[in-house]
Amino acid sequence: MEYFVQQLVNGLTLGSIYGLIAIGYTMVYGIIGMVNFAHGDIFMLGGFAALIVYLVLVGLFGGIPIALALFVMIVVAMLMTGLWNWVIEKMAYRPLRGSFRLAPLITAIGMSIALSNFIQVTQGPRNKPVPPLVSSVYDVFGISISLKQIIIVMVTAVLLTIFWYIVNHTPLGRAQRATEQDRKMAALLGIDVDKTISITFVMGAALAAVAGTMYLMYYGVIVFTDGFTPGVKAFTAAVLGGIGSLPGAVLGGLMIGLIESLWSAYFTIDYKDVATFSILAVVLIFKPSGILGRPEVEKV
Amino acid sequence: MANITNTTESAGSNLMVRALREAFYAGIVALGLFVLYVGLKTDQNILNELVLVQRWGLLATFVAIAMVGRFLAVAYVRPWFETRRAAKAAAPAAEREAGFVARNFGLLAVAALVVYPILMVALFGFQGSLKWVDNFGIQILIYVLLAWGLNIVVGLAGLLDLGYVAFYAVGAYSYALLSSYLGLSFWLLLPMAGILAALWGTILGFPVLRLKGDYLAIVTLAFGEIIRLVLINWTEVTKGTFGISGIAKASVFGIWSFDVSATNNFAKAFGLPMSSAYYKIFLFYLALALCMLAAFVTIRLRRMPIGRAWEALREDEIACRSLGINTVTTKLTAFATGAMFGGIAGSFFAVRQGFVSPESFVFLESAIILAIVVLGGMGSLVGIAVAATLMIGGTELLREMDFLKRIFGPDFTPELYRMLIFGLAMIIVMVWKPRGFVGSREPTAFLKERKSVSGSFTKEGHG
Repeated sequence: MEYFVQQLVNGLTLGSIYGLIAIGYTMVYGIIGMVNFAHGDIFMLGGFAALIVYLVLVGLFGGIPIALALFVMIVVAMLMTGLWNWVIEKMAYRPLRGSFRLAPLITAIGMSIALSNFIQVTQGPRNKPVPPLVSSVYDVFGISISLKQIIIVMVTAVLLTIFWYIVNHTPLGRAQRATEQDRKMAALLGIDVDKTISITFVMGAALAAVAGTMYLMYYGVIVFTDGFTPGVKAFTAAVLGGIGSLPGAVLGGLMIGLIESLWSAYFTIDYKDVATFSILAVVLIFKPSGILGRPEVEKV
Repeated sequence: MANITNTTESAGSNLMVRALREAFYAGIVALGLFVLYVGLKTDQNILNELVLVQRWGLLATFVAIAMVGRFLAVAYVRPWFETRRAAKAAAPAAEREAGFVARNFGLLAVAALVVYPILMVALFGFQGSLKWVDNFGIQILIYVLLAWGLNIVVGLAGLLDLGYVAFYAVGAYSYALLSSYLGLSFWLLLPMAGILAALWGTILGFPVLRLKGDYLAIVTLAFGEIIRLVLINWTEVTKGTFGISGIAKASVFGIWSFDVSATNNFAKAFGLPMSSAYYKIFLFYLALALCMLAAFVTIRLRRMPIGRAWEALREDEIACRSLGINTVTTKLTAFATGAMFGGIAGSFFAVRQGFVSPESFVFLESAIILAIVVLGGMGSLVGIAVAATLMIGGTELLREMDFLKRIFGPDFTPELYRMLIFGLAMIIVMVWKPRGFVGSREPTAFLKERKSVSGSFTKEGHG
């Protein structure tokens, strides 16, 4: 039983990271119907930004309090990836917005290849290990919970609350939801659609940057290819939850995290990704629009 | 008169002011983008700790390039495009008769390919031709074959498949395993690999029949990853990440072998000096023949009811169903036919490399093949072949850029930038020509006269 709860805790941590990335996928998909394949690499850029900021902080101030360091890392990484995604959307995706569906997908795949190789070229191809940032571990009723895990789940919960508030209770969120429903009508009603879409990309990237920082803190290592697998899994999470649905993305992320850690705990770790993808396939075959997604209505 | 010159002058200076301002903004944005990633580099020291290396000079170069680029774009390139567009709009384009080369492009290209290895041998000798025939010729032809196979699924039937590499892997592994465990010959296994892959295409296609668009895309991606992960982890059979090596070579229909020790060795039989070039040239012609077969099958299928059903499915699934077309068999045959060519390409890949490992079947390969199909203009065989040549040949060429070392110093390795440039090229081509290189279609059904139509009239399907 304790073992099971332990795996639940681990799965929840992992799931929080996937959920944060998945929101970026699902929001962009919701608003312009595009699969932003480069989102995983934005997550990786965020992790690298956090790594470099950490090294700069240590170089400048030496023994800086870790809470402050983490805060600065998260904020700078968010700004950094936000700027990147803003520029990427403006230069690579916006010219193709009216074009056919596959064009932005191919561009995004190209962007994903370009971004990971950009980091390979500028930062080198080797693994980047960081010393453990937070290492306290608490023992709660026989279950060991590390401070890292608490931070990850707390940060995710706080961010999701802020995010949920923005989308549901601010003029910006209303503009986003309106653009999602009907872009042309939203434009007619005086919403700056281009700006709204840009802000959506920036918000998604900022959440991915937080996920990147958390990933770096959790695993203590990052490499330029790290965007792909978490990216694909987060995308899987978004689809599993019903792409376009925000609670769905979080739910999907948590599910993928739980499946992964429980499968690794009780079955063989080699096939954990096979398990994740198989469950995705099975869910979609029986519920083709995801768990919380609205079924698509075919119009003639 | 003076007035007019005045206004144009002020417009010109306005443009300059704006260009300078935009260049300034671009500089700031570039500074923001690159300050962490280019300005600072993380490096391991002897203790394996990460340390930062400062590269402010390189950062300044990046910012300067962004500023100059933006300035030139706003001040010169954009106005030039606008005047050209205005001139084009003013003078309606005259009906241009397609030239001899354009009309017979396909035939000329095939003729050029037939002569290609002979030309390379004549230019570089047998040993020198190896690189050109193998790295450029055969590799590009494999990608052409793969892209033509995927074209059936994506371009004709409009089903977005992100896991096409799975069938490539099935083909490669079925040749590798069956030839090393059962010792079957290449000529038996080539069609068998195609059939096995087609079978897998049907098996994987069956559960996803109900899925559409991006859901279909993610499930096919998942299947591709599952097959790769199984190949990695099923070590008893596939030897995992070590891969299978020492795969038997192909023979000329069993008459001449290319094994050095064999009595019926090709070079010995003709009394030629030993060289591995004969095998490569043989493989080149074999790949060319397989590509021709794929092209022939595609062209013929497009005129058959099944091909027309695929294209109808792409255009409108509901209309297709109301006309009594069985969409289940239509989708499955598209998956199976596409997969079959993937499998054939896979077994050819295995025989060419003599070695297969899961490394060769990553998602990136699927992405590259799909990119070739889309960049080539989805559905156009010639366009896809051109796209494959440009994208694969272009990145291969970067390996040959030794002269760049003389410019940037001996530490400069152009190979490192290969995939970076590949990714950027994908973006640039897509933004510049969203409909691909060949934007027109030859319809197979027409009224009175055959006329190419613009690619933007064809739909991309929602399957």
